[in-house]
Amino acid sequence: MSLMPQLVLLEDDHRLIVEVAKKLVNDANAKAVFLVDKNGQLVGEAGELEGIDTTSLASLVAGNIAASGGLAKLIGEDEFPVHFHQGERDNVHITLVAQRIILVVIFDDRSSLGLVRLRVKKAGQSLSEIFDRVFKRSEAELAGEGESSPFAEISDEDIDNLFAD
Amino acid sequence: MASINYSAREITCKLVYYGPGLCGKTTNLKYIYEKTAENAKGKMISLATETERTLFFDFLPLALGEIRGFKTRFHLYTVPGQVFYDASRKLILKGVDGVVFVADSQEERFEANLESLDNLKENLREQGYDLDKIPWVLQYNKRDLPNAVALDELQQELNPDGKVQEFEASAATGKGVFETLKSLAKLVLADLKKGAK
Repeated sequence: MSLMPQLVLLEDDHRLIVEVAKKLVNDANAKAVFLVDKNGQLVGEAGELEGIDTTSLASLVAGNIAASGGLAKLIGEDEFPVHFHQGERDNVHITLVAQRIILVVIFDDRSSLGLVRLRVKKAGQSLSEIFDRVFKRSEAELAGEGESSPFAEISDEDIDNLFAD
Repeated sequence: MASINYSAREITCKLVYYGPGLCGKTTNLKYIYEKTAENAKGKMISLATETERTLFFDFLPLALGEIRGFKTRFHLYTVPGQVFYDASRKLILKGVDGVVFVADSQEERFEANLESLDNLKENLREQGYDLDKIPWVLQYNKRDLPNAVALDELQQELNPDGKVQEFEASAATGKGVFETLKSLAKLVLADLKKGAK
């Protein structure tokens, strides 16, 4: 089946991830920080989020990374791990952590590319540690070694009820 | 590969609409978008060419309701159907939880359907998936057109042993669109349950 295990985030994982994201917003003078799964699902966010459609952002960022990853392979690179989009007011810095998570930093002229790069490096290490643990646990669960998922208890009726008009 | 967020108490699944060029994948999503209540949908994104052909993907996030206290979200994607966009199609299949194969019922697209289904199988295989093992449904679209092939001819080629759930549709008018989506969503959730022992 899938090459990658299912991403299961427990409350503690999420709390740790958001803590790192918040710290990165502060340290890098950024406007906002997002963490997105390569499949386009948002896994964490911090900073000024008002007016940003985070679901769309996650899907487009993942599409962007997927497309440039495909391009990288075409020219014999494994991946382009760092992306930078410069705008008139806001800029976007994108990096990959733990091979599967996309770290997105949105910043304006209160910060600089150099500062963002520096702080992203540090935050990336912390995030890698967290996500490595999350993925290891997911793999163990996939192999039937972990705790049971609540979805084992879903009944056919629950599923039918979801679609009751 | 669904994701489960215990903190936000939500589960997100990725559904992909696949099929030959101009078969009506984007039309399916547009209809779903139009007919879904504001509070249950996000923005629909279409990365299309100037002539409205899908260039990379369409994206539509839906929130279906709660199961055992978990919000159930479905992210709907379409692939670009045109043959030469194969690299993009592969990317969009990454992490897929379920597939709707939209077949074009028109006689002149008969071969294109077969090619596209083969292409789906091949692209899934490259990602380590097997179409026989993931949830998928078939939609015979454009049944309302005068040049539509008889249903049993399509079935014979696309669903020979009748194992896959199938729906007749006319996505432009909405016929069969929600039936298709609901049945796939159910299969995906049932699959998730099966995998979560």
